[in-house]
This record gives sequence, structure tokens and C-alpha cells, in this order.
Amino acid sequence: MQDLGRIGFSEDQAVMLDVATDFCLQRSPVSTIRRLMEDELGHDPAVWKEMGELGWLGVAIPEAFGGSGLSLAEVVPMVEQMGRRLMSGPFISTTLAAQALVVGGTEAQKLAILPRLAEGTAATVALAEPDFDWEPDTVACQAQDAGDGSLILSGRKVLVGDAGLASWIIASVRYRNSPALVLIARSALPDAALRRETVIDETRRSFALDLDGVKVAKDDLLDLDLAGTTLMHLHLAANLLGAADMVGGTQSCIDYTVDYLKTRTQFGRLIGSYQALKHPIVDAYCKYEQARSHLYAAANCFGEQGVGEIAVRMAKAAADKAYSFAADRAIQFHGGFGFTYDCDAQLYRRRAIWHAANHGDAGFHKAKLAKLLF
Amino acid sequence: MQTVDPKDLAAFEADADAWFKENVVRDPGFMLPLTFMEVGTDQQFNFLRDWQNKVYDAGYLGAAWPKAYGGGGLHQDFQNAATRAMRRHHGPIMLNAIGLNWTGPLLLDMGSETHKMAHLKGILSAEDIWCQGFSEPGNGSDLGNAQTRAVRDGDHYVVNGSKIWTTLGRYAKYMILLARTDANTPKKYDGLSFFLAPMKIPGVETNPIRKLTGEHGFTQTFFTDARIPATGLMGVEGGGWKVAMRTLEFERGARGGQAGGYVAVGSNAFDVLDLARRMTRSGKPVLEDPQVADQMVEFLMEIQALSLNGQRTQVPNLVADHPQGIPLASKLMGTEMSRRLNEFAIRLTGARGAYYVGESEAVDQGIWARAYLNSFSATIGGGTSQIQANIVGEHVLGLPKS
Ligand SMILES: Cc1cc2nc3c(=O)[nH]c(=O)nc-3n(C[C@H](O)[C@H](O)[C@H](O)COP(=O)(O)OP(=O)(O)OC[C@H]3O[C@@H](n4cnc5c(N)ncnc54)[C@H](O)[C@@H]3O)c2cc1C
Repeated sequence: MQDLGRIGFSEDQAVMLDVATDFCLQRSPVSTIRRLMEDELGHDPAVWKEMGELGWLGVAIPEAFGGSGLSLAEVVPMVEQMGRRLMSGPFISTTLAAQALVVGGTEAQKLAILPRLAEGTAATVALAEPDFDWEPDTVACQAQDAGDGSLILSGRKVLVGDAGLASWIIASVRYRNSPALVLIARSALPDAALRRETVIDETRRSFALDLDGVKVAKDDLLDLDLAGTTLMHLHLAANLLGAADMVGGTQSCIDYTVDYLKTRTQFGRLIGSYQALKHPIVDAYCKYEQARSHLYAAANCFGEQGVGEIAVRMAKAAADKAYSFAADRAIQFHGGFGFTYDCDAQLYRRRAIWHAANHGDAGFHKAKLAKLLF
Repeated sequence: MQTVDPKDLAAFEADADAWFKENVVRDPGFMLPLTFMEVGTDQQFNFLRDWQNKVYDAGYLGAAWPKAYGGGGLHQDFQNAATRAMRRHHGPIMLNAIGLNWTGPLLLDMGSETHKMAHLKGILSAEDIWCQGFSEPGNGSDLGNAQTRAVRDGDHYVVNGSKIWTTLGRYAKYMILLARTDANTPKKYDGLSFFLAPMKIPGVETNPIRKLTGEHGFTQTFFTDARIPATGLMGVEGGGWKVAMRTLEFERGARGGQAGGYVAVGSNAFDVLDLARRMTRSGKPVLEDPQVADQMVEFLMEIQALSLNGQRTQVPNLVADHPQGIPLASKLMGTEMSRRLNEFAIRLTGARGAYYVGESEAVDQGIWARAYLNSFSATIGGGTSQIQANIVGEHVLGLPKS
């Protein structure tokens, strides 16, 4: 039988899970989430700074470049716990930018930038384009030689997470007819190049990025030979971390709903005693447990050729199904209150839609899996 | 029953068609609510009130209500024709839903002559906006347990307590109010009375509640020694439950007599098919994905079945086994389909599903996400799907009560 991945849990993962569980619970009560939703920045710089000091941003960065030399497997429990507390901020974006450099950066880029990211300087990746295609290698934005040894960029990126805070943006482009990645310093962008988008998940900050006329040095291209590999790596890493955020969210969404089912009374009975509610919430729970198993298999096998891709796609598809279902039922099972802005069910539902739309939903990944599995 | 001359009907529909074609404003320059439950700004309210008034004046609303009460006195087929024309030209919704769809038919069905004369015309013209005071913070599904008190004092009742999720509460001039006039009856239902109660009086306060979409549209309504005229009592004191149950039949569409038009613009499966035709995935039309095609066909079958259900209920021989089955189940079927359909639509929009209303890159101005979130108004409001399923199970299939 084909190897589809397996759970493995390192001591480092255990430590990260413990620390992150506690940290996110303390730092991200829902009152803070709701305050930050209204805030232009959308995250708490003090908490971000603390994460930097704790070394969270360097977990998956090699020691030689200022990190702790672990891998995304150790990042997964952290993102899971952030998702569980509906945290926002540039953690996933910065982690992806670091991954782009770790996998596909030149030695000079790694030396110059990875230590900064490990300390907690925010960065992001710009992959999606106005064709809104989830395939990682359909890229229309261009980088062209300008003659003076520099490159002129053109085209538009969308759904660029946290670009407003990022000191660097790593964008996919076409260069001499092949996909490439280019490092853009925030300072190279005119202010008008970034426009904040209105997105379904109000805890998120997302931007459209206009690259027309932006000038970078030729040295800002990431290693051209590794571009294809890096794009695929980013696609899978984004889905792995997305799945982690979703699994964490599913867990607390179920907890939140179960709490209500245990306290709300109608017809003289706790509503959780009605099987019309009890059974579907158990269905959500079962989907959640499956999704979490997929997630930790994907974390464990991420770097393995072939198996890693299968496990990640399964994890994202399972997380999408679990989260979407749990959050949809969370609205319904809170009755009239579920239809209000004040009920947290909507926060979970919006987050689930956000993740389904970014880097591929369950249907997209299942179609890919069909090709990988049979 | 009058018979309808098909030629008259066709001429009427042609006139209606021309009228709506001429008068519908599709884009007033601000976002219009999809349903009467999300009228959140004065701008929306004023626009929709004027629109309803105009439709009524033209004779395309209440066409089948008796002339004596402000209606058109025509056969129901004429109103249906007008509603079809309204839909064809995508007319905005009728605002005064609780008046048009439940209070009005209720009054026609069991109201006194005085009540009919006093209220029906104002409902049609949108002069008098109505709201519904049934649900309370502690009692929603268990409506029979309502605790808002109404105590007789001379020719008034003094009301204390709170209602919640009051749609249009901020704008309403009247409320259909279910309140407890006797707290000591052996059966909780027997202590309830039903009132046509004024809203703009001392002691009635409304607090807006924000919906999950971020928009406004309903309120919590507080009563503090509010004095409502005893003439507003419908039926007898202690007989309110029966009136409330009849109201819910109108609300859930299990009983006819509504004034006409529509109070929500849901997207149907054909709109979603149109969306699917425009969307691509991995460079290919999304309908080429067999999984998407399968689901799309399922939805088209489902919407067709709902429409056929409506036709079949007109043929008594074909609903002989469960005459009440389809009417009692139609809210459950329709609203749950709409929720799933809108969720499917968001998925069709792919990566652009990440956007929301107000984003220029959003597909169709973000209506799909908004419609999905709003679809819960109908799976929760008017009796939740779980309660509807209990009703169908118990009243149609004869299952034991839970
Ligand atoms: C948009 C909107 C508009 C509304 N407008 C009005 C209005 O104008 N006037 C008005 O009076 N009310 C209005 N309502 C209120 C609506 O009727 C109630 O929300 C609804 O009846 C549910 O009551 P509840 O909110 O108290 O929820 P609860 O009754 O507390 O229900 C919570 C959950 O428990 C489930 N449940 C409860 N009892 C059972 C049972 N026996 N078996 C299985 N499951 C059960 C429900 O299905 C639900 O999922 C509106 C609601 C919404 C969402």
C-alpha cells in the first residue's frame, strides 16, 4: 500500500505546543481580537515583539542564519494555537517569506535577511494574481532587464497578507519566460502601490500590490534554478500553516458551541440534550479529530518527497471540511444570538471562508489528490 | 370564487410588465438590503418605503385584498401576475413584510371589522410599518413560555418585559405582541394574549442589535410600564397562543393570503448557474469539474422540486396522504437549500471568496458571502430548522413528541 504519511511528534513540537497553548490563551482573549478588528494595523505590536524575543519567528530558520534550526513541523503547533485563539498578525506571512529564502534564496539574501526575520521583522509573500488561480506556477507578473543591471517589474498581485507591515515582500514573477521569485524591499514601493483589500475575515489584513514600474536590483532575484521548487514549497507550506490555523479554530469553535449547548435552556431542557444539536456537534467533533490527525501527519512528513504533498493536501482539505461545517453549525445552534455580530460564531465562519479561498479549498486539493493517489 | 378571463389576466400582466420596466430603480447608488430583515439605514428605509407605496398606488400590491380595506378586490391570479412582473424586472423588495405577509392576512382571517378598517390600508401603503414581538431573550423556540407581562388597567394594558430580534423594530409604528396576561394558568399557553400594540408610546424603547454581516436591522425592545389600548387585543384574553400559531402559519408560508410581492431577493440555482458559467479554476471553466457539475445539477433538481411541490399542492389528489406535508415542510426545505446554495456559490468564486462587500475585486460586489451569512436569518428566524423538523416529524409523520 502507498505510504500516505504518519504521525510523529518530536520533543520540540511538544514544547512548542505547550508554550504556544499558554501564550495564545493569555495574549489573545476575544476582547482583544475584536478590538484589533477595528484597528488599522490589525495586530498587537507588543505581542509580535514578544514572539520575536521568544524566537518564534526563527524556529524554522537554520542556525547559521540566526534561527533555531528546526522545521515547519515545530511551527505547526504554534499556528494551530494561534488559530485556536483567532489571533491575527504577520506570523504566517513572515514564516512563508523566510521559507522562500531558506529554500530558494541566494547565500547573500539569506545572510542579509533571515537573521532579521528571525528577530521578528515582518515580511510576506505575494503569490496570487488577478486571475485568482490557485496553481502556484501560473504567474503573469513580469520582471524585465532594464539595461542598467536593474529589473523593472510589472503586473498586479492580490491577497498579499500583511503587506502593510512587511519590510520585504517576496513576489513571484516571470523572468526571461520562466517563473522566478524576487525580493522587494518595502522602501522600493511607492505608497500608492499597496491598497488594503476588504476581506471576509475582519481579523486579517490583506493588500493588492501594484508592481508596475517598481525597480529592484538583479541581485534581488532569488536563485533562478530553484524557483520552481520554491514556488511549490511555498504553496504546500501555505496550505500546511493554513490547515494548522483552521484545525485550531475548529477546536475552539466546537468548544464555544458546546458551552452554549450546556447552558442555554429551551422548553425546560438544556438544548444540548436535543439530538438535533447533539449529533451534528459530535459530527463536527469527529471531523475535527480527523483533521487534526491529518495535520500532524502533514507536519511530520512535510519534507518527504511525494508523501509530504499528499499529507498536506489531505490536511488542508480535511481542515476545510471540519472548520466550515463546525462554524456553520455554530451559527445555527446559537439561534437568534448566532445571527449577531457579537456572537463569535461569525468570527470562526469568516476565518474558515478566508482559508478555503487562500491557496486552495477542499475541492481543489481533492482534485489534486485524485491525481496523486490513483 | 370569481373566474378569471385569461385575456384580462394577460392584459393586466402586460401592463404590470411595462410599469415595472419603467419604474424599477436597480441601483439607487447605495447598497439595498437583500431581505426586509436587514434594513439598517434611514436611506434604505426611506427608499424602500417609497417604493412599496408606489407599487401599491399602481395597483400591484394587495391586488387580491378586498377593496373595502384598500385592496384591489381582484382574483389572486392578478396579484401573482404582478409579482411575476416585479421579479422579472428585479424590483426591490417590499419593506413592510410583517404587515403584508403576516399581520394583514391574519387580520383578514380572524380580525375584527374595526381592526381591518384601522390597519390594512396603512400596511399596504407602507404608511404603518409593523414589527413582531414574539421572541424574548430567554424564550425563542419555546415561544409558549413568553414572560412579557400585560396587566389590565381600565381600558389599557400595562406592559413590562423585553422582546428581542425585533425586525424593523426601530421603524415600526405597530407591533404584533404576544404577552402574558395571566401568570397562573395550569398550562403556560393559556396565559398568553395577542395584541396589536403601538410602538411610539412612552415606555417602549428599542436598542439596535448588529447582525453577523455587520449591518443593522433588528432591535431589542424594552417595555417599562408601557400603556397599550385594550382595543388592540385580538381575540379574547388568554386566547393569544391560537392567534400566534396562526400568525406563524402565515409567516412560514404554510397558509396563503399574503398581500403579494416578495420580501427577500434570494439568489436561486439559476443565478448560481450563471455564476458558475463565469468562473474558472486552474484555467478551465469551473463547470468542467465533474464534482462541481454534479453539485450544480443537484441544486437545479432541488429548486425544480421545490417549485413542483408548490404546483402539486394545488392538486388535492396528489397530496392526499399528507395534505399538510409540503406546506409544513416548505420553510425547512427552502431555507436550508438557500443556505447550502449560497455556500456553494462562495466556493465557486474560488480565491475571490476571500473578499467581502466593498471590495472592488469581489465577484458580484461580494453578494455571495453576504447572501450566505444572511441565509441564516431564515434558517433561524421564524422558527429554527430544528424546530421545523420537529413540527414536520410530529404533525406530518405522527412521530412522538420529543
Ligand atoms: C434575522 C432574524 C430576524 C428575526 N425577527 C424576529 C422578529 O421580528 N420578531 C420575533 O419575535 N422574533 C424574531 N426572530 C427570532 C426568532 O424567531 C428566534 O431567534 C428563533 O425562534 C429561535 O429562538 P432563540 O433565538 O431563542 O434560539 P433558541 O430557541 O435558544 O435556539 C438555540 C438552538 O437550539 C435549538 N433548539 C431549541 N429547541 C429545540 C428543540 N426542542 N429541539 C431541537 N433543537 C432545539 C434551535 O434550533 C437553535 O439551534 C428573528 C430571528 C432572526 C435570526
